Amino acid sequence: MTTVSYNPALEPRESYINVAYTVKSWLLTLDHKRIGILYLIAITAFFFIGGVFATIIRLELMTPQGDLVSDDTYNKLFTLHGVVMIFFFLIPSIPATIGNFVIPLMLGARDLAFPRLNLLSWYIFMIGGTLSLIAAITGGVDTGWTFYTPYSSVFSNTRVVLTVLGVFVTGFSSILTGLNFVITTHTMRAPGLTWRRLPLFIWALYATSIIMLLGTPVIAITVLLVAAERIFHLGIFNPALGGDPVLFQHLFWFYSHPAVYIMILPGMGVISEIVTCFSRKNVFGYTFIAASSLAIAFISFLVWGHHMFVSTQSVYGGMIFSFLSFLVAVPSAIKVFNWTATLYKGSISFHAPMLYAGGFVGLFTLGGLTGLFLAALGLDVHVHDTYFIVAHFHYIMVGGAVMAYMGAIHYWWPKITGRMYTEWLARIAAVIIFLGFNLTFFPQFILGYLGMPRRYHAYPPEFQVLNVMSTAGASILAVGYVIPLCYLLWSLWHGKIAGPNPWKATGLEWQTPSPPPTENFHEIPVVTGPPYQYHLEEVPFAPSRPPGAPV
Amino acid sequence: MHQAGHLAHQFEDLAQQKEASTLGMWAFLATELMFFGGALTCFVVYRSFYAHAFAQASREHMSIPLGTINTAVLLCSSLTVAMGVHFARHGQQRKLIVMLLATIFLAITFLCIKATEYYTEYRHELVPGLNFHYPPHHHEHPDRLTANPANVELFFCFYFFLTALHALHMIVGVGIFSVITVKAWRGAFSPEYYNPVEVSGLYWHFVDLVWIFLFPLLYLLH
Repeated sequence: MTTVSYNPALEPRESYINVAYTVKSWLLTLDHKRIGILYLIAITAFFFIGGVFATIIRLELMTPQGDLVSDDTYNKLFTLHGVVMIFFFLIPSIPATIGNFVIPLMLGARDLAFPRLNLLSWYIFMIGGTLSLIAAITGGVDTGWTFYTPYSSVFSNTRVVLTVLGVFVTGFSSILTGLNFVITTHTMRAPGLTWRRLPLFIWALYATSIIMLLGTPVIAITVLLVAAERIFHLGIFNPALGGDPVLFQHLFWFYSHPAVYIMILPGMGVISEIVTCFSRKNVFGYTFIAASSLAIAFISFLVWGHHMFVSTQSVYGGMIFSFLSFLVAVPSAIKVFNWTATLYKGSISFHAPMLYAGGFVGLFTLGGLTGLFLAALGLDVHVHDTYFIVAHFHYIMVGGAVMAYMGAIHYWWPKITGRMYTEWLARIAAVIIFLGFNLTFFPQFILGYLGMPRRYHAYPPEFQVLNVMSTAGASILAVGYVIPLCYLLWSLWHGKIAGPNPWKATGLEWQTPSPPPTENFHEIPVVTGPPYQYHLEEVPFAPSRPPGAPV
Repeated sequence: MHQAGHLAHQFEDLAQQKEASTLGMWAFLATELMFFGGALTCFVVYRSFYAHAFAQASREHMSIPLGTINTAVLLCSSLTVAMGVHFARHGQQRKLIVMLLATIFLAITFLCIKATEYYTEYRHELVPGLNFHYPPHHHEHPDRLTANPANVELFFCFYFFLTALHALHMIVGVGIFSVITVKAWRGAFSPEYYNPVEVSGLYWHFVDLVWIFLFPLLYLLH
């Protein structure tokens, strides 16, 4: 890494940050970069709120007796942890912050196609988040983040309507973000930036946006029906009145399984960028990585039934969904193989973003492979609703999505703020997060396999050792998340000036100053080559392709 | 001059802006399709579960004449919208405004007819969550009552949910066309710049199309 040393001559330049300092200039901004920052602040807050719920859950599970919180409180804690983390952190995480910030920069555009819709999406997000937080404060909700009927619509005495209303409203922010990204990618590319020259991050977010567009409306209508059923005492999903609760599950998972890919696909895009940059080598299999993003988006809509293997779904239906769930592992594996092939004979440097990328590849692979266990009809019956599945999706969501999010923040931080963070601290934090994560969640695989069910606040004493390990890991993980918060904030004032391209990366976003000016580029760039041109560097293992040849 | 006034800062030229807004509306309509699609899926599932009760509820309480009139009204409004776009493209401002006003008039007509239907159903105590009683107190053919009241209620749940959602989209459409009319009145549109008219038209055709599915499913499927 080389950073441009502090040069006062560079300072008085106008950027999106110093163009205006008033609160109004931030709250009414149409600049995608500022909106990205607004999202960043909001979801960081939600991340730590969700983290507090998780902390209490892990503290409760230190002892087999349910002695810290009551069972009712525990139900509310894991519900709120799920709702906040999924709808208000993971789904907006990379797209709404990093995506908002870098997509127009990567495309060589002045802004997203619809800046006002972009700002609107942030306000909608904040309204939805506020509704859900009000629900949490005024009594909480205890249905689990899945809102299964008829418990949610008839029996639960908690704030279900307010919470699902929050989820409903937030869905529209997700739709607007996805819409903006799709249209921007189609219509706002710089001259010469053909589809085959798009960075892989753009491909990943394009695929994500398609899922946002086509999946989110279905959960919106579903939770609307649940709210209507609860408010008006209807029988839409209530078997006592002729409704079908399994139909609810079909509709819910029709969105919520693809939503898993809303959370992980952007992360895969980030890893593609980081791995190639810190290997100083062109990404291996560009076309396959790009196409696998689209393949994942497509297949993700066809696997929802694997959540209902034990919900009266027919065995035949289960077999189809099982097969399709195995199928979705293929494009995911393609990505992993291509990343490792990119590393092969690269000159790898272990900066903080690369550490997170490495963590992602390993943990995502473990999470993905255990997903195959769960896609197998017979084994799923054994581990269904146990800690095995809790560990599995945390390996994907935290080990995958959050790792990638942290990697993305570190990778683009110099671009966003114009400052470098403290590299050695960042590396230590990345290692702490990796270790803490594994100590937290690996024991849960074993717990689940031994038969500990999820969503109980008490458990038989023989499970205590593994639970104590998990709680110990969670406290390490918490430290790991607080450290970056500190040094990133510190770097805003005291970090070294980053310069336009501290990583010597080849994307368009690195060709404009850091932080970028409001209009992104003083002159719209003209693209003449492929997105990754690391092979042009003087490296002994130059690939066989002649320099400058199209990919 | 028009060019500079209507071009948002993020676009290079009007062609790019037009492409983006048109594609944006198509993408939005795709989300709308999934939105209505989810509710229609539920309806179709229960229609197949409780075919008898749903058919009976539709036969006894849906007014085919009113539904048909409303379908015709809505189809006419799609025609006026299409003609409005045509006139906008050719710079015929007065005719454009006439067509927009006609569309708003037809939309309000539809909503009024729909409201009378709702009122009738309310009087017959058929509104779930409000006053649902089945069989109704003044039923004309008590001998024909064979359907399970809970299943009939389910029909009416979806009837009100789907038509109200559709009506809500129409009300939004009336709002949009009111704004477009005011803009047209002020001479905002020209053959070079009329994509707000076209994009709103796309939305309106979609709302029309939803009704084309709702009408047979709710009124005609006996």
